[in-house]
Amino acid sequence: MSEEAHHNYVRIWAWLVLLLVISVIGPFVGDATGLKWITLVTAFGIALVKAYLVVVNFMHLNSEQKFVSYFVATALVFMLLLFAGTAPDVMKAEGRNWEKPAWIADAAVAAAGGDHGSGEHH
Amino acid sequence: MAATRPIATTRTAAGMATGKLAVWWIVASEIVIFGGVLASYVMHRLAHEAWAEQAAHTNTWIGAFNTMVLLTSSLSAVLAHQAAERGDGPKAARLLYATVVGAVTFLIVKGFEWTEEITHGFTITSSTFWSFYYTAAGIHAAHVLGGAIIMLIVASAAKKGQELHRVELIGIYWHFVDVVWIFLFPLLYIAK
Repeated sequence: MSEEAHHNYVRIWAWLVLLLVISVIGPFVGDATGLKWITLVTAFGIALVKAYLVVVNFMHLNSEQKFVSYFVATALVFMLLLFAGTAPDVMKAEGRNWEKPAWIADAAVAAAGGDHGSGEHH
Repeated sequence: MAATRPIATTRTAAGMATGKLAVWWIVASEIVIFGGVLASYVMHRLAHEAWAEQAAHTNTWIGAFNTMVLLTSSLSAVLAHQAAERGDGPKAARLLYATVVGAVTFLIVKGFEWTEEITHGFTITSSTFWSFYYTAAGIHAAHVLGGAIIMLIVASAAKKGQELHRVELIGIYWHFVDVVWIFLFPLLYIAK
């Protein structure tokens, strides 16, 4: 590796810090303009870019054997499968084919005094 | 000497050092661990608007400071790898120690942050949001602590010019811990 590579690492770090600053400013701009998507883009869009910069430049994933990328990607797919498999149950409380056990209603009543905000769903 | 070296450094069955393959395998399994927690958090957060009120109590500035600390510690970790590749063990060790300083700073700040929140009544049993908050950040902090301890062990050998390949391995793990925080930060501190 050369001195050039050394400078690249510092430059990548500088980009990461700049992106961090933008992600902190994002909610202020989002609130001031009333455009909530600005907050979401600066929060999660930038998180994706930062993660990419770290994985490619610091972890050097792209210079590993291809199969490493494949099994890392497979782990991500498993995460998405978990989300896809359970999100309908968690996020959509109403539905034609649902049969709710009594304990769910009981839990909702118990949570109504708490933060769950789920009282209105049941 | 060769007979006493760990087998992970002396053979390869997949075109890459077995030790490095193991670290990537750890990373893949950690994705499922953290991914499970984060995916569950996201679906609950989206389903319960009321969580925003709870999330509003997290301190963005502390989260941002700790993000800065971890990003900087990743820089020192990758520079340590670079030094190790050049065969400069003492320099790699110094940079790994700097990374450990980052880890300790992160944990101290987190300690003050949690103390503040707990004294204000926000505990792991306060609500489901806070349960997720302490679970996700707690698992992550445990990884920071574990990484710091391993880094001290790697650095003590690197200082003597030994086992320099391990500097890259602990670096890969450390960058992954950084990446997890890169997603935790917006989830817990920004998107309120």
